[in-house]
Amino acid sequence: MESFTPVTAALGGSLIGLACAVLWLGNGRIAGISGIFGQLLPPAQSVLWRVVFLVALVGATALTAFAFPQLGAGGTEPVQLVAPPAGWSIPMPVWLIVAGLLTGLGTRIGNGCTSGHGVCGLARLSLRSLVAVAVFFSVAILTVTITGIV
Amino acid sequence: MSAMRIPYLATAALSGALFGAGLYVSQMVDPLKVLRFLDFTAIPGGDWDPSLAFVIGPAILVMFIAVRIGSSRPAPLFDSGFHEPEYRKVDVRLIGGAALFGIGWGMSGICPGPAISLVAFQPEGIWLFLAAMFAGSLAGSLVMPTGRSRLADVAP
Repeated sequence: MESFTPVTAALGGSLIGLACAVLWLGNGRIAGISGIFGQLLPPAQSVLWRVVFLVALVGATALTAFAFPQLGAGGTEPVQLVAPPAGWSIPMPVWLIVAGLLTGLGTRIGNGCTSGHGVCGLARLSLRSLVAVAVFFSVAILTVTITGIV
Repeated sequence: MSAMRIPYLATAALSGALFGAGLYVSQMVDPLKVLRFLDFTAIPGGDWDPSLAFVIGPAILVMFIAVRIGSSRPAPLFDSGFHEPEYRKVDVRLIGGAALFGIGWGMSGICPGPAISLVAFQPEGIWLFLAAMFAGSLAGSLVMPTGRSRLADVAP
């Protein structure tokens, strides 16, 4: 349990909640990253605010990492993507492409991800989001168990 | 909306910035930390990292309060109405989509928010993942039988 970080987790989680609150009460929009990212291309209307949101997200990540390097990965130590499980002998790029495709396809068909369904949807007491969250958490846990990637 | 354009975009920037800061502070930007939550096989040995639950819990709570506040108002500050998802049905697409996403998430430890914020650190392979995620999203919009008009309005 040495890696358990409840205080920074709750602090960061509150910031994420605040991000969703600001977008909802200010612009009436749900801060669902898969939706914002997936609708960057026309014919989606109002692309500009989505670009602004995503650029600010990357910028703030870099800025907080610079300001508080001791808080974790990306600050004092480099962040890396996780390699495919040893023994599966699948090249890393192939693994990443499959994972990325499934993430993009699944969140589009299922109308949301960890932020849209997980934070905003549950906060809105949406039944659809509750079902989606139960499914993607269960399947992700099962996937980690089967692949033994950790 | 044009009269309110600057406050509207400033709100989007503030929200994105808070989101990015939250992902770094909570360390959810680190795929390995996310996978250590999803690895329930580590529970018996005491090596499980429950941090993710301590991230999403407070996030939901803060947003829940915001939704309560919003429900007593006719409109948000900078738009004419709340863009509430109108589609309420639990259908096979919702479940199937969530399941596909679950596989991708379990393979990588990367969900869409961290995928974007990881750009700040340029780890090897992140652009490949983002390109694949975007392609997957585009493919999904083509596959959806009821078309993207429903999606454009509903996607959270």
